[in-house]
Amino acid sequence: MYKKDFPVLNKGITYLDSGASSLKPSIVMEAMNDYYNNYGVNVHRGVYEISHIATEMYEAARERVAGFINADTEEVVFTRGASSSLNIVASSYGLANVNEGDEIILSELEHHSHLLPWQNVAKVKKAKLVYIPLTKEGRITVDNFKSVLSDKTKVVALTYVSNVMGYVSPLDEIINIAHQNEIVVSVDAAQAAPHKKIDVKKLDCDFLSFSAHKMCGPTGVGVLYGKKELLNSMDPIEFGGDMNDDVGLYDATFKDAPYKFETGTMPIAEVIGFKTAVEYLESIGMDEIQRHEKTLRDYAVEKMLKIDGVKVYNKDSETGILAFNIENVHPHDAASVFDKNGVCLRAGHHCAQPLVNWLGEVATLRASFYIYNTKEDVDKFIESVIEARDFFGQF
Amino acid sequence: MSDLNNLYRQVIMDHYKNPRNKGLVGDANYKKFHVKNPSCGDDITVQTKVADGTIQDVKHDGTGCSICCSSASVMSETLMGKKVTEAEDIIDNYYNMIKGKEYDEDLDMGDAIVYSGVANFPARVKCATVAWQAAEESLKNE
Ligand SMILES: Cc1ncc(COP(=O)(O)O)c(C=O)c1O
Repeated sequence: MYKKDFPVLNKGITYLDSGASSLKPSIVMEAMNDYYNNYGVNVHRGVYEISHIATEMYEAARERVAGFINADTEEVVFTRGASSSLNIVASSYGLANVNEGDEIILSELEHHSHLLPWQNVAKVKKAKLVYIPLTKEGRITVDNFKSVLSDKTKVVALTYVSNVMGYVSPLDEIINIAHQNEIVVSVDAAQAAPHKKIDVKKLDCDFLSFSAHKMCGPTGVGVLYGKKELLNSMDPIEFGGDMNDDVGLYDATFKDAPYKFETGTMPIAEVIGFKTAVEYLESIGMDEIQRHEKTLRDYAVEKMLKIDGVKVYNKDSETGILAFNIENVHPHDAASVFDKNGVCLRAGHHCAQPLVNWLGEVATLRASFYIYNTKEDVDKFIESVIEARDFFGQF
Repeated sequence: MSDLNNLYRQVIMDHYKNPRNKGLVGDANYKKFHVKNPSCGDDITVQTKVADGTIQDVKHDGTGCSICCSSASVMSETLMGKKVTEAEDIIDNYYNMIKGKEYDEDLDMGDAIVYSGVANFPARVKCATVAWQAAEESLKNE
């Protein structure tokens, strides 16, 4: 029903790789073109009318995106994307506040973009990374979190939704417990923001990071949400134009958050397109999006479980991600069968090598469903699964 | 022939299931090079032994998809006994064929010719070249 909004789908492909990047509806491109065609100039700098319009549109986007996660406007920093946001948390907050002997709690579900910045902090500060043991299914639980919590824990850095398994982490309770122990929590919401309603006030996380391109928005822009006091207490990690107040030869003062984290010319068109993307998602409704994905996923899992020679790693997952392999077929071999049939999905370690190792595989296949997918897409996908199994079974 | 049958020729699957020259040796006369494609986990090590400008032996080991592993086996057979200069020409010609560029169809490349179907699957070019890159590096400065 939403297919017609997405021009790439006119190519007749079956797109099941939204976990890597979603497609973009034409209204997002139109909003970006409108900026370039009608007021495509810099923000916060010009003293003429169209620069003023550009600035207003840019800031209106901040307000809209803040509303999307129920944050205050000044708590939303625009970044290059989730990876960049997660790096700011580690490099600014982490390097300043984590000390020798401190512990940072992570999980093996973390994306490399959430893992490596904290690996760096741990190396530089001689702190220790501690991993929450996963259940047999591969889930984070509150009890397992408690089992690694200690009086040395300084930071908890966890994914909200796993990009390989699609599991939703029990963050409400984990954050609650962390705060009772004065521990700061960084949430990687790259796979959550596109698919479920997030209320940062209710969740009470300290930091939350996500990317526009996985939620119908443009590439090159994302969000770092941080609690006001925290953001204001942190040092910028990039210095330059626009983020300063007063600049002398030997010293400078910086603006308050969010501006002190946004130096140089930002991806203005993308920020404006991001606003349209958020409006698009909200016009459908996050609950409806989640329901739709779940329906497709359940339909797919039911069919997959009936196929001999297929291994599903996350049959009870709550979001639209299906992790699987075809027995005795390397994922990259299987991927070429999907490719030939115009079915786009992901094969590999999904930037989560520790988890794929945990599964005991070198790589997996991942199909991920989004709002524009249909049952026909699932049927086409299932046909390719069977074809791949049979094709490689003949040798 | 469908694209898929053209990509996965019987020869390829045979080398995948029964690789030739597989297993590394602990002999200082061999040069060794390791190539890894982190995005899919293909991981191949190649050893070559050269004397008087001629390749005396080729060994390989590693893990990966059928295209990657079989091509290591095929590469080892193709380059065995060739002069290093001949091998370099074959390697270049192979890269051109895999990437869908113009290549010399008359140059004797042995079974490596069956990988021509990869050109229709650009996403698989890396898989088909990992082992050859390792061989190319291993033969450098010979
Ligand atoms: C869970 C998770 N975290 C972080 C990222 C990184 O996002 P980006 O590449 O947009 O910076 C991704 C994207 O693959 C992801 O799935």
